[in-house]
Amino acid sequence: MSLDKATVARIARLARISLPDEDLAPMADELSGILKWIEQLNEVDTAGVEPMTSVVGHPLHHRDDVVTDGGCREDILGNATETADGYFVVPKVIE
Amino acid sequence: MSGTIQGATGTWEMVIGLEVHAQITSNSKLFSGASTAFGAEPNTQVGLVDAAMPGMLPVINKVCVEQAVRTGLGLKAQINLRSVFDRKNYFYPDLPQGYQISQFLQPVVGAGTVVLDMDDGRTREIGITRLHLEQDAGKSVHDLSPDRTYVDLNRSGIALMEIVSEPDLRSSEEAGAYLRKLRSILRYLGTCDGNMEQGSMRADVNVSVRRPGADYGTRCEIKNVNSVRFVQQAIEYEAQRQVDILEEGGVIAQQTRLFDSRKGETRSMRSKEEAHDYRYFPDPDLLPLEFTQAWVDEIASSLPELPDDRKARFVGELGLSPYDAGVLVAEKEVAEFFEEAARDRDAKAVANWIMGDLFGALNKSGLDIARSPISAAHLGALVDLIADDTISGRIAKDVFDEMMKTGRPPAEIVDQRGLRQVTDSGAIEAIVDAVMESNPDKVAEYRGGKDRLFGFFVGQVMKQSQGKANPKIVNDLLQQKLSG
Amino acid sequence: MSTSLTSLTIADARAQLGDRSISARELAESHIAAIEASRALNAFVSETADRAIADAARADVRLAKGDAGVLEGIPVAIKDLFCTKGVLSTAGSHILNGFVPAYESTVTANMWREGAVMLGKTNMDEFAMGSSNETSYYGPVLNPWRRPGDNRDLVPGGSSGGSAAAVAAQLCLGATGTDTGGSIRQPAAFTGTVGLKPTYGRCSRWGIVAFASSLDQAGPMTRTVGDAAIMLKAMAGHDAKDSTSVDVAVPDYESVLEKSVKGLRIGIPAEYRIDGTPAEIVALWDSGIAWLKDAGAEIVAVSLPHTKYALPAYYIVAPAEASSNLARYDGVRYGLRVDQGDLTEMYETTRAAGFGAEVKRRILIGTYVLSAGYYDAYYLQAQKVRTLIADDFKQAWQKVDVLLTPTTPEPAFGVGEKSDDPVAMYLNDILTVPANMAGLPALSLPAGLSSQGLPLGLQVVGRAFDEETVLRVGRALERAAAFDGRPAPWWRSN
Repeated sequence: MSLDKATVARIARLARISLPDEDLAPMADELSGILKWIEQLNEVDTAGVEPMTSVVGHPLHHRDDVVTDGGCREDILGNATETADGYFVVPKVIE
Repeated sequence: MSGTIQGATGTWEMVIGLEVHAQITSNSKLFSGASTAFGAEPNTQVGLVDAAMPGMLPVINKVCVEQAVRTGLGLKAQINLRSVFDRKNYFYPDLPQGYQISQFLQPVVGAGTVVLDMDDGRTREIGITRLHLEQDAGKSVHDLSPDRTYVDLNRSGIALMEIVSEPDLRSSEEAGAYLRKLRSILRYLGTCDGNMEQGSMRADVNVSVRRPGADYGTRCEIKNVNSVRFVQQAIEYEAQRQVDILEEGGVIAQQTRLFDSRKGETRSMRSKEEAHDYRYFPDPDLLPLEFTQAWVDEIASSLPELPDDRKARFVGELGLSPYDAGVLVAEKEVAEFFEEAARDRDAKAVANWIMGDLFGALNKSGLDIARSPISAAHLGALVDLIADDTISGRIAKDVFDEMMKTGRPPAEIVDQRGLRQVTDSGAIEAIVDAVMESNPDKVAEYRGGKDRLFGFFVGQVMKQSQGKANPKIVNDLLQQKLSG
Repeated sequence: MSTSLTSLTIADARAQLGDRSISARELAESHIAAIEASRALNAFVSETADRAIADAARADVRLAKGDAGVLEGIPVAIKDLFCTKGVLSTAGSHILNGFVPAYESTVTANMWREGAVMLGKTNMDEFAMGSSNETSYYGPVLNPWRRPGDNRDLVPGGSSGGSAAAVAAQLCLGATGTDTGGSIRQPAAFTGTVGLKPTYGRCSRWGIVAFASSLDQAGPMTRTVGDAAIMLKAMAGHDAKDSTSVDVAVPDYESVLEKSVKGLRIGIPAEYRIDGTPAEIVALWDSGIAWLKDAGAEIVAVSLPHTKYALPAYYIVAPAEASSNLARYDGVRYGLRVDQGDLTEMYETTRAAGFGAEVKRRILIGTYVLSAGYYDAYYLQAQKVRTLIADDFKQAWQKVDVLLTPTTPEPAFGVGEKSDDPVAMYLNDILTVPANMAGLPALSLPAGLSSQGLPLGLQVVGRAFDEETVLRVGRALERAAAFDGRPAPWWRSN
């Protein structure tokens, strides 16, 4: 599968990474090269094979329903660039 | 308000499906130990996991899983002993991880049903497609600053059940009935408090229109509507909007829309215009969720009686009409109040008192049944006082008003105010005689054939007795003396 | 200030601290001095000398009282992927600019509880994505090793290159690493040190910046197999905060180290003899086989038929998970923020400025393979292949107790030599990735020098949660190889 510029632009948008126009073609080439190498996986017959969900062989363990966290607003907000009145602050979102 | 719209070109039918997000009743969040309590200061109920700090990992809350299974059982649904958590990837400031942990391909609960009781006595069976567990997002506040959005993560990570219906609903009324019924079931189960004002229940509403019997039309999804009334308004508006477009020869664009409750309109959401590509994949921080049938059976054996079963019992055992039973079971607290008040009494009489006087009085004072000044025991006692002729139905209304004001037991009010019914026929006879004596002309007219004057005499006697005379004795004596 | 203190093993230092012939403080000071004199290697992102002195003082008190922990007074370096409370934690990325966690990773917390002394945070490939340590925002780490008679800088391997270099250059007695596709073992092989990737689930991932959640595993990097055993004991253990952490007892690894390998069955997988592997690597492997045979082990030829597909499958699974794991770096709650335009623009410019080229490449690959219409062809196929890879190992465990392979297909290469060819760089992990895909424990230890005088590593892969046998075989190889190569300290400024 070889990627074109439009596809690279689309996935860059999905991933929220701005890519200048002049970088689209070289990135498309790089990614195409990697994908071409990856596609040797198509040789493998996986009919009837279950996809791996985890290498861990034990069931998911549960937590009890008790409050053990929170009440640490300084820790939560302490590394943020912009906060006000106990909130994180971002550019205006229009719904 | 029917499910069809008469357009210029013919009849259109609405097709509606609901995705209800119900907040699970739990102390802590789905994957973190932070509190779920409503109304805290911003970002004070946020753990490191909820803020998606680097290296933080989710650990599932056992009770949330149990609540989802309990709800599935209440919806008579398939319970999946193995389900998988997936990540739904998208960027939004109130979604700190950049993904929501949800269940996509393998939900914890599969197909089930909800039975609707319509006002006209019909029932409708609505299919449940699935129920899955997922995390709630935080809250974006847009009105604290003209050019910035504020983000509060208190809600981030709270456990939700997304309950998806089949597109089986055909009118806004049915959608409303479905929501009320679902809410009732969840509250009976204790899995969601159903408090729509606090956002504990919200619905995404899928609406399309079609010619009756035709294939489904293109649907629009109205996001995050937070009251039954708004859901109904949004459906009416949206269906009409679609009909207008189609009748003008247009086509419906599949869209995510918002309901503006001030204007009563739906409009396209700018932030969701971009094509969705959520890139779901199994969350590698979690293992598949697995439990045994024995555990499910244990939960099943602890389920409370649900509204449908309770209604059947009220009709079958207590002799209520299906309509009355339906009204009384809708709210768990009302049903419990009724059962306590009606225990070993005339259930129909108790039902009438609750549905008439009590609902009216509570409504007037803006109270719900949980805060009723009249307890179930006191209401039952009032009904007893009528049944054993201690007071008349008329006097009972006065006693009820006093109970509503003071919360005192009815017998106390009756005794203190001397309202006990007069059943002594001698005393009543004296009043009857006095009334006849002071109205000889009326007695003559009555005896001359003017039957309807009988009511006048009853009224006079009751008035003289200050309403306390036993109406049956009054009637009997008057019949006897007037005809004599 | 004695430089000999920095050449101690953890086991020796522990003995000397225990009998009070040295103090934790002087041990810490000699390492602080070594670090300050070795900045040319660029092995550290943050040096925490004050913290080290304070830790050492506490350790001396506990040593004096006789209630010393497993690592009491041992100076260690921490890969900057571990979140450390109150200490800058960057994952080698600009996007975590200025990030100071309010929490401590479980693994490092375990180590501090056992008395370890923190010297600083080591440089690494950005978000652990790289095999050369050249993708770090803080610049490349240099390998302490050079080809004799050649001044050109070599890479230390990656992504735990700073930790490997710090251990090899005797700037710490041990260091933590993390290994997603070989990030402990490959740099260990490149720097003549020992690196152990434990079984997935053995060490908690809580508080370690995630790269690929189903593959990441923390482990020790040391100068001897015995030291790796000591460190792992302190790092490992079940953690209720990590759902993938496994609740099994942590054995006393040290106690089995010297046990004979007699009768153990050593598998030699045919598929690891990859076309174009240099003769000297094959020769080293043959030596390893001979050493274990001499020690009484049984050598068994085995087949792991899907080996060649592990690396391409890895390059779907790891970027896919990474693309999602790295979505949280959005400029809102921590780290870099480039405030420009509307919200989407803020996201896009922040992430464009914060992530380096390799990280962007992997996020884009991961986003693509998960996107609508491609999921089944890429991600699902890769996870099915992963099942087949794990099944290959399960088959092998029917016949053998451990597998012996080379760690890398070649010794350390030059800085800049492979940076233009991502796939050539990825191929460095071809022999290490399968163990990650199956979640198995794997050890690399130095076993000889290349014809150009650079260290080469052998890898021992074991059954899940059987680190004991892996370490025991590793110790037997270490004894036989008697590797005593040390790089000449060209980098020292005094």
